[in-house]
Amino acid sequence: MTEYAQVVDDAESAVVIEQLTCFYGAFRAVKEVSLRIPARQVTAIIGPSGTGKSTFLRSLNRMHEVARGARVTGTVQIKGVDIYDPKINVTDVRQRTGMIFQQPNPLRTMSIFDNVAIGLRLERRLGRAEIADRVEACLRAAALWDEVKDKLALSALALSGGQQQRLCIARTIATQPEVLLMDEPCSALDPIATLKIEELMDQLKRDYTIVIVTHNMQQASRAADRTAMFMMDDDRAGYLVEYGPTQDIFTSPRDPRTESYITGKIG
Amino acid sequence: MSTSWLPAQSGTRRRRNLISTFMLALTVLAMLIAVTPLLFILGWLLIQGIRYLNLDFFLNDPAPIGEAGGGVRNGIIGTLIMSGIALLIAVPVGVLTGIFLAEYRSNPLATVVRFATDVLSGIPSIVVGIFVYTIIVLPRWFQGAAFSGFAGGVALAVIIIPILVRTTEEILRLVPSSIREAAAALGVPKWDYTLTVVVPSAFGGIATGVMLGLARAAGETAPLLLTTLGNNFYNTKLDQPMAALSLQIFTYAIAPFDEGRRLAFAAAFVLIMLVLLVNIATRYVFRVRSINL
Repeated sequence: MTEYAQVVDDAESAVVIEQLTCFYGAFRAVKEVSLRIPARQVTAIIGPSGTGKSTFLRSLNRMHEVARGARVTGTVQIKGVDIYDPKINVTDVRQRTGMIFQQPNPLRTMSIFDNVAIGLRLERRLGRAEIADRVEACLRAAALWDEVKDKLALSALALSGGQQQRLCIARTIATQPEVLLMDEPCSALDPIATLKIEELMDQLKRDYTIVIVTHNMQQASRAADRTAMFMMDDDRAGYLVEYGPTQDIFTSPRDPRTESYITGKIG
Repeated sequence: MSTSWLPAQSGTRRRRNLISTFMLALTVLAMLIAVTPLLFILGWLLIQGIRYLNLDFFLNDPAPIGEAGGGVRNGIIGTLIMSGIALLIAVPVGVLTGIFLAEYRSNPLATVVRFATDVLSGIPSIVVGIFVYTIIVLPRWFQGAAFSGFAGGVALAVIIIPILVRTTEEILRLVPSSIREAAAALGVPKWDYTLTVVVPSAFGGIATGVMLGLARAAGETAPLLLTTLGNNFYNTKLDQPMAALSLQIFTYAIAPFDEGRRLAFAAAFVLIMLVLLVNIATRYVFRVRSINL
């Protein structure tokens, strides 16, 4: 499978995954994935349900560890740092990597402003004006500022689903993470809100490396520069079938399983 | 024209609808049975005690046995003070324990603590009274005092701690894990987001638990007999025996004359109203303060 890794060697790799295998207790959810994710591009992970896409994504910021008995073998390096190094603090890893979830999950007891500011207070002490500036910049970057600038003190639950998801993106980029991990960020949104998120991803990839898990093949072909295709083995472990430039995956897949999946014959 | 596409009204179908109606009727009946005692108690207390429910009843202390008049001022104050002590002790202990059980539920210690809490909540309140009598009253542990308002408060605290632990744990479990994940993914440490994100979103529920505890503390009688004893006079000193509404109800109710029994009814009504008012006030405050659950 390393042959696909060669494909992206021309671009700078932000995340280098070597032989990553994820377990939940005795169950192996993902096996032996090796992948180089290029910096400042959008990489989509596609594949049928249950093929370990979300587990794989969550292992990139160690969020899978919230489940009991979760562990991995292999390595994940983000910008040259092995995030599974025992010397490394898991909260530091999560602070430097952003994650967007399937269901928008704004912090419900906090105002719109505080939702964006929460990550900032973890860093060095910032002045009130400085925080306000950063919050505004993030909300602008998330294409939400014009819609919320007059109601920053309101509950985040006052926003629509699409707005909530963009708020979550603003909250995530507030700490300028090394990589943005999106776990089906549009599956709870309508097509218009989905389009906005995709436009936003296109903007954000100038500054950020984005990895997105999606069930929506059109979304992968529209928004992603690279696409990785996951499948499930006989032992129910997910593995990487094919990885390459999105155009190649969708127009001339090298693996027949990829072709069947993207043409809707399986999955 | 026949209703062709609808299924025919077969016997099975009619029987199912009948069963559905019957089950609904049963639940409504059960509901009525459940609330009847409440309405009956409130109504009966009001009818029996109304004659004594005037301003004097709240402003005076009990009259000497056999004399007319008298109030329950000392009992109201005593109940408030001792319930307050109980909450001061039990809220930090109970709520923090509940947080531990909910947020670290797979910790081996959590299983032990949960079991211990269940056992504690099953201990009869009179036994708790004897326990506090043994550790505080007998050794005159609190400022040399024997029976004291402080000892009463401690006994009530022991009784309501398990209530607070369990309600806090239950309510925190209802907080969706997506909220915890949101904060964890931002790199917020667990202790931090537990206190700033998880617990605040459950404030309303925790307040309800505290109210349940308060109601229980205000109504307890047996453990107070052994710890604070009761007092016919007005006393706010924690190292002296203290009056309590529940004790006064008990004393009046077993008094062998009509006057006493009517006073007992009135005192019981006041006690229930006191708990109800605090309850409503707390709910109102927390409904305004916390944004939503």
